[in-house]
Amino acid sequence: MSAPGSVAALPLVQRLNGILRRLPAWPLYPLGAAWMAWLFWRALSGVSVEPIDWLERAYGETALQLLVAGLAVTPLRRFTGLSLLRFRRALGLLCFAFVLAHLTVWAILDVQALDAVWADIVKRPYVTIGMTAFLLLLPLALTSNDWSIRRLGGAAWRRLHRLVYPAAVLGAVHYVWLARGFAIEPLVYLALILGLLALRLPRRA
Amino acid sequence: AAGLGLTAVPARAAAELEPNTLEQIRNYNNFYEFGYDKTDPARHAGAMVTRPWTIRVDGLVERPGDYAPEELLAGLEVEERIYRLRCVEGWSMVIPWNGVELADVLAKVGVRDGARFVAFETTVQPEAMPGVRRRVLDFPYLEGLRLDEALHPLTILATGIYGEPLANQNGAPIRLVVPWKYGFKSIKSIVRISLTAEQPPTTWSRTSPQEYGFYANVNPHVDHPRWSQASERRIGGGLFAGRIPTLMFNGYEAEVAALYEGMDLVENF
Repeated sequence: MSAPGSVAALPLVQRLNGILRRLPAWPLYPLGAAWMAWLFWRALSGVSVEPIDWLERAYGETALQLLVAGLAVTPLRRFTGLSLLRFRRALGLLCFAFVLAHLTVWAILDVQALDAVWADIVKRPYVTIGMTAFLLLLPLALTSNDWSIRRLGGAAWRRLHRLVYPAAVLGAVHYVWLARGFAIEPLVYLALILGLLALRLPRRA
Repeated sequence: AAGLGLTAVPARAAAELEPNTLEQIRNYNNFYEFGYDKTDPARHAGAMVTRPWTIRVDGLVERPGDYAPEELLAGLEVEERIYRLRCVEGWSMVIPWNGVELADVLAKVGVRDGARFVAFETTVQPEAMPGVRRRVLDFPYLEGLRLDEALHPLTILATGIYGEPLANQNGAPIRLVVPWKYGFKSIKSIVRISLTAEQPPTTWSRTSPQEYGFYANVNPHVDHPRWSQASERRIGGGLFAGRIPTLMFNGYEAEVAALYEGMDLVENF
């Protein structure tokens, strides 16, 4: 009511973008770390009678959620004008951190033996796929900083970061593949990711 | 529950087994009728109606008919059997079952000549079973045993755990327990027992024949196509529990190996 007329007249999206511009992105990192620690704490304190499996899934699903969130940024801006671009790096890096945590729980707490870890990677297709997704994300995490963007140049950096598309598909397939019977959640992630990628396809005039 | 000495379980082997708590046994279940998450059965199974309960006994039997569980158990002594339970997914528990030998129940209904297999079927109650409504699998859930497996003294029909009636998520009111086979063979909440001449279809081997065979004997040397079966994690060990080696026939090799003499266990997985 007391706001100057010029601001009130701005469309909702522009006002939201104005607010978002003033929000710092850095708090996402401590929030993500706190969430990771909270999940670990719950696993330690009896959330499930099988806490290793629970934690492995919790970290993996969080990684997929962050992947979906990161992939949603561009279509969201294109179709609604809402820009979350400033938060995308944090979403991507946190996604990688949860993938790493997922992988660590699997290797150290679940499989527990290096030779067995290697055997699983080579012999089990869903593990091979998950590991491939991780390796695709690794260079993206390592170059998610201003220095790397300058060093690589914007065009090359963007080309490199398209690796997130195959990584996301492989991550979702990894989840679908390990289900027994007809499970819905993994298919929802796969559909979301394929949908978000489809929105990026060049449209023919 | 009768003393262990009366059972076919070697007392020495059983004494080494530390049973899981009732809390663990009731809160980590595969019962796909209630959903595929391990905690879904505990959440939803309360809605399953278990009384009255009828088991249809048919096929190659002398006395076919619809029986209440009490009729099938009448006169039989319910024993305690402390068995390992090994899930095909790579986890395990130790469960103090209360039950009767399936052989004694089959003797009551009379197995006719020509019967070579026993087929079992789980109840289907769509209103109580979200997994059935979502068609997680092709229900009703079906399982089967070769007749000599069914008549083996380790094979029981269980009605309780720790001296208490089975919780619904554990397969109330009556379920099969075949301790040397992967858990999915031990069919829950049985409403039908048929004696057949031909090998009956089973749900998992029909759903994914390259992954689940009819026999499904616990075997650390034959991997599941998607994961190793060499080791398992005992439920209840917490976040830092180690894996333990999986035993041939789940530790019941001395008792059951003879059933499979001369059979290729890789072929017949």
